[in-house]
Amino acid sequence: MAYQFNGTSIEHDEEGFLEDIGQWSEDLANHIAQTEDLTMTPEHWEVVNFLREYYQEFQIAPAIRVLTKAMGKRLGAEKGNNKYLYELFPYGPAKQACKIAGLPKPTGCV
Amino acid sequence: MLHLVNKSPFERKNLDACLKHAKPGSAILLYEDAVYAALTGTAVTDTMTGAAGTFAVHVLEPDLAARGLGTDRLIAGVRPVDYGGFVDLTEKASSVQAWL
Amino acid sequence: MTDLTETDPAAGEQVVKRFMYVNRKAPHGTVYALEVLEMVLISAMFEQDVHVAFLDDGVFQLKKNQDPGRLEMKDFSKTYRALEGYGIEKIYVEQESLDDRGLAAADLVIPVEVIGRAAMTELMAEMDVVLSA
Repeated sequence: MAYQFNGTSIEHDEEGFLEDIGQWSEDLANHIAQTEDLTMTPEHWEVVNFLREYYQEFQIAPAIRVLTKAMGKRLGAEKGNNKYLYELFPYGPAKQACKIAGLPKPTGCV
Repeated sequence: MLHLVNKSPFERKNLDACLKHAKPGSAILLYEDAVYAALTGTAVTDTMTGAAGTFAVHVLEPDLAARGLGTDRLIAGVRPVDYGGFVDLTEKASSVQAWL
Repeated sequence: MTDLTETDPAAGEQVVKRFMYVNRKAPHGTVYALEVLEMVLISAMFEQDVHVAFLDDGVFQLKKNQDPGRLEMKDFSKTYRALEGYGIEKIYVEQESLDDRGLAAADLVIPVEVIGRAAMTELMAEMDVVLSA
Protein backbone atom coordinates (compact mmCIF):
# COMPACT_ATOMS: atom_id res chain seq x y z
CA MET A 1 0.00 0.00 0.00
CA ALA A 2 1.25 3.45 -0.83
CA TYR A 3 0.38 7.14 -0.97
CA GLN A 4 0.44 8.28 -4.62
CA PHE A 5 1.84 11.72 -4.31
CA ASN A 6 3.75 14.20 -6.54
CA GLY A 7 4.41 11.42 -9.03
CA THR A 8 6.00 9.18 -6.41
CA SER A 9 4.73 6.25 -4.46
CA ILE A 10 5.32 6.29 -0.70
CA GLU A 11 4.79 3.03 1.14
CA HIS A 12 2.55 2.83 4.19
CA ASP A 13 1.17 0.05 6.37
CA GLU A 14 -2.44 -1.11 6.44
CA GLU A 15 -3.43 1.74 8.77
CA GLY A 16 -1.65 4.43 6.75
CA PHE A 17 1.52 4.83 8.86
CA LEU A 18 4.67 5.46 6.79
CA GLU A 19 7.03 2.51 6.37
CA ASP A 20 10.00 4.89 6.21
CA ILE A 21 9.86 7.98 8.39
CA GLY A 22 12.67 9.45 6.25
CA GLN A 23 10.21 9.94 3.37
CA TRP A 24 8.13 12.48 5.30
CA SER A 25 7.73 16.06 4.06
CA GLU A 26 5.31 18.88 4.88
CA ASP A 27 3.65 18.37 1.50
CA LEU A 28 3.18 14.69 2.26
CA ALA A 29 1.68 15.62 5.65
CA ASN A 30 -0.91 17.77 3.87
CA HIS A 31 -1.62 14.89 1.51
CA ILE A 32 -2.09 12.36 4.35
CA ALA A 33 -4.34 14.87 6.15
CA GLN A 34 -6.52 15.11 3.04
CA THR A 35 -6.91 11.34 2.94
CA GLU A 36 -8.15 11.66 6.55
CA ASP A 37 -10.57 14.46 5.56
CA LEU A 38 -8.59 17.00 7.54
CA THR A 39 -7.41 20.44 6.49
CA MET A 40 -4.21 21.41 8.22
CA THR A 41 -4.42 24.66 10.23
CA PRO A 42 -1.64 26.29 12.27
CA GLU A 43 -3.09 24.49 15.31
CA HIS A 44 -2.77 21.13 13.56
CA TRP A 45 0.80 21.93 12.58
CA GLU A 46 1.62 22.86 16.15
CA VAL A 47 0.68 19.35 17.28
CA VAL A 48 2.37 17.65 14.33
CA ASN A 49 5.58 19.60 14.88
CA PHE A 50 5.43 18.88 18.60
CA LEU A 51 5.16 15.16 17.84
CA ARG A 52 8.07 15.27 15.41
CA GLU A 53 10.25 17.03 17.99
CA TYR A 54 9.23 14.47 20.61
CA TYR A 55 10.17 11.64 18.25
CA GLN A 56 13.49 13.30 17.43
CA GLU A 57 14.31 13.53 21.11
CA PHE A 58 13.06 10.15 22.37
CA GLN A 59 12.80 7.94 19.24
CA ILE A 60 9.20 6.97 20.00
CA ALA A 61 5.74 8.36 19.36
CA PRO A 62 4.23 9.28 22.75
CA ALA A 63 1.14 7.65 24.19
CA ILE A 64 -1.81 10.07 24.32
CA ARG A 65 -1.56 10.65 28.07
CA VAL A 66 2.10 11.51 27.71
CA LEU A 67 1.38 13.78 24.73
CA THR A 68 -1.28 15.81 26.55
CA LYS A 69 0.93 16.17 29.62
CA ALA A 70 3.93 17.28 27.58
CA MET A 71 1.86 19.69 25.46
CA GLY A 72 0.28 21.18 28.55
CA LYS A 73 3.70 21.77 30.03
CA ARG A 74 4.97 23.50 26.88
CA LEU A 75 1.89 25.23 25.47
CA GLY A 76 -0.44 25.67 28.42
CA ALA A 77 -3.38 23.79 29.91
CA GLU A 78 -5.87 24.94 27.24
CA LYS A 79 -3.89 22.91 24.68
CA GLY A 80 -2.71 20.09 26.90
CA ASN A 81 -6.00 18.27 27.18
CA ASN A 82 -7.90 15.54 25.36
CA LYS A 83 -10.80 17.75 24.29
CA TYR A 84 -8.60 20.24 22.42
CA LEU A 85 -6.64 17.46 20.71
CA TYR A 86 -9.72 15.44 19.74
CA GLU A 87 -11.29 18.54 18.18
CA LEU A 88 -8.25 18.88 15.95
CA PHE A 89 -7.85 15.14 15.28
CA PRO A 90 -11.26 13.48 15.65
CA TYR A 91 -9.95 9.95 15.06
CA GLY A 92 -7.60 10.21 18.01
CA PRO A 93 -4.75 12.68 18.37
CA ALA A 94 -2.07 10.11 19.06
CA LYS A 95 -2.98 7.89 16.10
CA GLN A 96 -4.15 10.41 13.53
CA ALA A 97 -1.63 13.14 14.31
CA CYS A 98 1.24 10.63 14.43
CA LYS A 99 0.20 9.33 11.02
CA ILE A 100 0.27 12.85 9.56
CA ALA A 101 3.59 13.52 11.29
CA GLY A 102 5.07 10.44 9.61
CA LEU A 103 5.73 8.70 12.93
CA PRO A 104 5.06 5.07 13.82
CA LYS A 105 1.95 4.18 15.78
CA PRO A 106 2.40 5.35 19.39
CA THR A 107 4.09 2.98 21.80
CA GLY A 108 1.59 1.92 24.42
CA CYS A 109 -1.28 2.27 21.95
CA VAL A 110 -2.67 -1.26 21.99
CA MET B 1 43.72 -18.37 11.20
CA LEU B 2 41.15 -15.67 12.01
CA HIS B 3 38.93 -16.24 15.06
CA LEU B 4 35.59 -14.43 15.20
CA VAL B 5 33.91 -13.74 18.57
CA ASN B 6 30.59 -11.90 18.95
CA LYS B 7 29.30 -12.68 22.46
CA SER B 8 29.71 -10.60 25.61
CA PRO B 9 32.58 -11.94 27.75
CA PHE B 10 30.57 -11.10 30.90
CA GLU B 11 27.70 -13.34 29.89
CA ARG B 12 29.14 -16.18 27.81
CA LYS B 13 32.27 -18.32 27.67
CA ASN B 14 32.83 -18.07 23.89
CA LEU B 15 35.81 -15.74 24.19
CA ASP B 16 37.41 -17.89 26.92
CA ALA B 17 37.08 -20.96 24.71
CA CYS B 18 38.61 -19.08 21.80
CA LEU B 19 41.58 -17.87 23.89
CA LYS B 20 42.22 -21.40 25.16
CA HIS B 21 42.22 -22.94 21.67
CA ALA B 22 43.69 -20.31 19.38
CA LYS B 23 47.33 -20.68 18.34
CA PRO B 24 49.63 -17.86 19.48
CA GLY B 25 50.03 -15.31 16.73
CA SER B 26 46.63 -15.89 15.15
CA ALA B 27 44.18 -13.07 14.63
CA ILE B 28 41.04 -12.49 16.71
CA LEU B 29 38.24 -10.13 15.74
CA LEU B 30 35.81 -8.98 18.44
CA TYR B 31 32.48 -7.74 17.06
CA GLU B 32 28.85 -7.20 18.19
CA ASP B 33 28.62 -7.77 21.99
CA ALA B 34 32.20 -9.11 22.14
CA VAL B 35 33.54 -5.55 21.70
CA TYR B 36 32.95 -5.10 25.46
CA ALA B 37 35.96 -7.40 25.97
CA ALA B 38 38.31 -4.80 24.46
CA LEU B 39 37.87 -2.16 27.18
CA THR B 40 40.11 -1.02 29.97
CA GLY B 41 38.83 -0.99 33.54
CA THR B 42 36.62 -4.07 33.41
CA ALA B 43 36.62 -7.51 35.04
CA VAL B 44 38.12 -9.06 31.88
CA THR B 45 40.75 -6.39 31.18
CA ASP B 46 43.60 -8.40 32.71
CA THR B 47 42.81 -11.49 30.66
CA MET B 48 42.52 -9.46 27.48
CA THR B 49 45.67 -7.47 28.14
CA GLY B 50 47.49 -10.81 28.24
CA ALA B 51 45.69 -11.99 25.11
CA ALA B 52 46.65 -8.83 23.23
CA GLY B 53 50.30 -9.84 23.74
CA THR B 54 49.74 -13.36 22.44
CA PHE B 55 47.28 -12.76 19.58
CA ALA B 56 46.59 -10.03 17.03
CA VAL B 57 43.38 -8.75 18.61
CA HIS B 58 41.09 -6.51 16.54
CA VAL B 59 37.78 -4.89 17.38
CA LEU B 60 35.06 -3.70 14.99
CA GLU B 61 34.81 0.06 15.45
CA PRO B 62 31.19 0.56 14.25
CA ASP B 63 30.09 -1.93 16.92
CA LEU B 64 32.01 0.06 19.56
CA ALA B 65 30.39 3.31 18.42
CA ALA B 66 26.92 1.74 18.43
CA ARG B 67 27.45 0.91 22.12
CA GLY B 68 28.67 4.37 23.06
CA LEU B 69 32.31 3.31 23.40
CA GLY B 70 35.27 5.24 22.03
CA THR B 71 38.62 3.85 20.90
CA ASP B 72 40.16 5.82 23.79
CA ARG B 73 38.96 3.05 26.12
CA LEU B 74 40.67 0.23 24.22
CA ILE B 75 43.27 -1.99 25.86
CA ALA B 76 46.75 -1.21 24.52
CA GLY B 77 47.54 -3.41 21.53
CA VAL B 78 43.91 -3.96 20.49
CA ARG B 79 43.43 -2.56 16.99
CA PRO B 80 40.16 -1.00 15.84
CA VAL B 81 39.05 -1.90 12.30
CA ASP B 82 36.12 -0.78 10.14
CA TYR B 83 34.12 -3.03 7.80
CA GLY B 84 36.84 -2.78 5.16
CA GLY B 85 39.39 -3.95 7.74
CA PHE B 86 37.12 -6.86 8.62
CA VAL B 87 37.10 -7.92 4.95
CA ASP B 88 40.89 -7.55 4.73
CA LEU B 89 41.38 -9.77 7.79
CA THR B 90 39.10 -12.40 6.28
CA GLU B 91 40.93 -12.32 2.94
CA LYS B 92 44.36 -12.57 4.59
CA ALA B 93 43.36 -15.50 6.80
CA SER B 94 43.99 -19.06 5.64
CA SER B 95 40.77 -20.01 7.40
CA VAL B 96 38.13 -18.49 9.64
CA GLN B 97 36.71 -19.94 12.83
CA ALA B 98 33.55 -18.44 14.32
CA TRP B 99 33.07 -19.01 18.08
CA LEU B 100 29.29 -18.66 18.08
CA MET C 1 3.65 -7.51 52.17
CA THR C 2 0.49 -8.07 50.18
CA ASP C 3 -1.90 -5.87 52.14
CA LEU C 4 -0.43 -2.41 51.83
CA THR C 5 -0.84 -1.82 48.11
CA GLU C 6 -3.91 -3.89 47.38
CA THR C 7 -7.45 -2.75 47.81
CA ASP C 8 -10.55 -4.86 47.56
CA PRO C 9 -11.30 -5.56 43.86
CA ALA C 10 -14.97 -6.08 44.72
CA ALA C 11 -15.16 -2.45 45.79
CA GLY C 12 -14.24 -1.43 42.24
CA GLU C 13 -10.87 -0.08 43.29
CA GLN C 14 -7.88 -0.85 41.14
CA VAL C 15 -5.36 -3.31 42.48
CA VAL C 16 -1.90 -1.81 42.30
CA LYS C 17 0.89 -4.34 42.17
CA ARG C 18 4.60 -3.87 42.42
CA PHE C 19 6.16 -4.79 39.08
CA MET C 20 9.85 -5.02 38.35
CA TYR C 21 11.37 -5.31 34.90
CA VAL C 22 14.94 -6.62 35.15
CA ASN C 23 17.27 -5.88 32.25
CA ARG C 24 20.27 -8.22 32.00
CA LYS C 25 21.24 -8.07 28.31
CA ALA C 26 23.50 -5.74 26.34
CA PRO C 27 21.49 -3.49 23.99
CA HIS C 28 22.25 -4.25 20.33
CA GLY C 29 23.39 -7.86 20.01
CA THR C 30 19.93 -9.26 20.76
CA VAL C 31 16.36 -7.88 20.76
CA TYR C 32 15.73 -8.36 24.50
CA ALA C 33 16.60 -4.82 25.60
CA LEU C 34 14.27 -3.14 23.11
CA GLU C 35 11.47 -5.62 23.80
CA VAL C 36 11.64 -5.02 27.56
CA LEU C 37 11.70 -1.26 27.02
CA GLU C 38 8.52 -1.46 24.95
CA MET C 39 6.93 -3.62 27.64
CA VAL C 40 7.85 -1.04 30.28
CA LEU C 41 6.31 1.81 28.24
CA ILE C 42 3.11 -0.15 27.75
CA SER C 43 2.97 -1.11 31.42
CA ALA C 44 3.01 2.60 32.27
CA MET C 45 -0.54 2.82 30.89
CA PHE C 46 -1.90 0.47 33.56
CA GLU C 47 -1.19 2.58 36.64
CA GLN C 48 0.90 -0.02 38.39
CA ASP C 49 3.87 0.51 40.69
CA VAL C 50 6.59 -0.02 38.09
CA HIS C 51 10.26 -0.52 38.92
CA VAL C 52 13.01 -0.97 36.32
CA ALA C 53 16.32 -2.58 37.23
CA PHE C 54 19.54 -2.88 35.25
CA LEU C 55 22.15 -5.44 36.21
CA ASP C 56 24.78 -7.66 34.59
CA ASP C 57 25.17 -6.69 30.90
CA GLY C 58 21.87 -4.77 31.17
CA VAL C 59 23.80 -1.77 32.51
CA PHE C 60 25.26 -1.31 28.99
CA GLN C 61 21.76 -0.34 27.78
CA LEU C 62 22.10 2.99 29.57
CA LYS C 63 25.59 3.87 28.27
CA LYS C 64 25.79 7.44 26.94
CA ASN C 65 26.73 8.33 23.34
CA GLN C 66 25.40 5.20 21.64
CA ASP C 67 25.39 5.57 17.88
CA PRO C 68 23.92 2.47 16.24
CA GLY C 69 23.07 4.38 13.03
CA ARG C 70 25.79 2.61 11.07
CA LEU C 71 24.27 -0.72 12.07
CA GLU C 72 20.99 0.66 10.65
CA MET C 73 19.34 0.34 14.03
CA LYS C 74 17.30 2.82 16.00
CA ASP C 75 19.07 4.55 18.88
CA PHE C 76 16.63 3.49 21.57
CA SER C 77 19.01 4.61 24.32
CA LYS C 78 17.29 7.99 23.82
CA THR C 79 13.97 6.40 24.72
CA TYR C 80 15.05 5.73 28.31
CA ARG C 81 14.92 9.50 28.74
CA ALA C 82 11.18 9.35 27.95
CA LEU C 83 10.49 7.11 30.97
CA GLU C 84 10.15 10.09 33.30
CA GLY C 85 7.35 11.53 31.11
CA TYR C 86 5.65 8.13 31.27
CA GLY C 87 5.70 8.38 35.07
CA ILE C 88 8.35 5.70 35.51
CA GLU C 89 10.88 7.06 37.95
CA LYS C 90 11.91 4.05 40.03
CA ILE C 91 15.04 3.05 38.16
CA TYR C 92 17.80 1.03 39.81
CA VAL C 93 21.25 0.06 38.62
CA GLU C 94 23.45 -2.46 40.38
CA GLN C 95 26.80 -1.11 41.57
CA GLU C 96 28.73 -4.38 41.16
CA SER C 97 27.56 -4.73 37.57
CA LEU C 98 28.80 -1.21 36.79
CA ASP C 99 32.14 -1.88 38.49
CA ASP C 100 32.77 -5.11 36.56
CA ARG C 101 32.23 -3.23 33.30
CA GLY C 102 34.26 -0.11 34.02
CA LEU C 103 31.17 2.13 34.18
CA ALA C 104 29.95 4.75 36.65
CA ALA C 105 26.64 6.57 37.14
CA ALA C 106 28.05 9.53 35.17
CA ASP C 107 28.33 7.29 32.08
CA LEU C 108 24.56 6.72 31.98
CA VAL C 109 21.89 8.53 29.89
CA ILE C 110 19.49 9.10 32.81
CA PRO C 111 19.76 9.69 36.55
CA VAL C 112 19.30 6.38 38.35
CA GLU C 113 19.54 5.02 41.85
CA VAL C 114 22.71 2.96 42.09
CA ILE C 115 22.37 0.23 44.70
CA GLY C 116 24.51 -2.70 45.81
CA ARG C 117 23.73 -6.32 45.03
CA ALA C 118 22.40 -7.01 48.53
CA ALA C 119 19.95 -4.09 48.25
CA MET C 120 18.90 -5.30 44.77
CA THR C 121 18.18 -8.72 46.26
CA GLU C 122 15.98 -7.14 48.94
CA LEU C 123 14.16 -4.99 46.38
CA MET C 124 13.40 -7.96 44.14
CA ALA C 125 12.02 -9.85 47.10
CA GLU C 126 9.53 -7.02 47.77
CA MET C 127 7.95 -7.23 44.30
CA ASP C 128 4.67 -8.89 43.38
CA VAL C 129 5.81 -9.60 39.81
CA VAL C 130 9.36 -9.73 38.43
CA LEU C 131 10.02 -10.06 34.72
CA SER C 132 13.63 -10.67 33.77
CA ALA C 133 15.23 -10.70 30.32
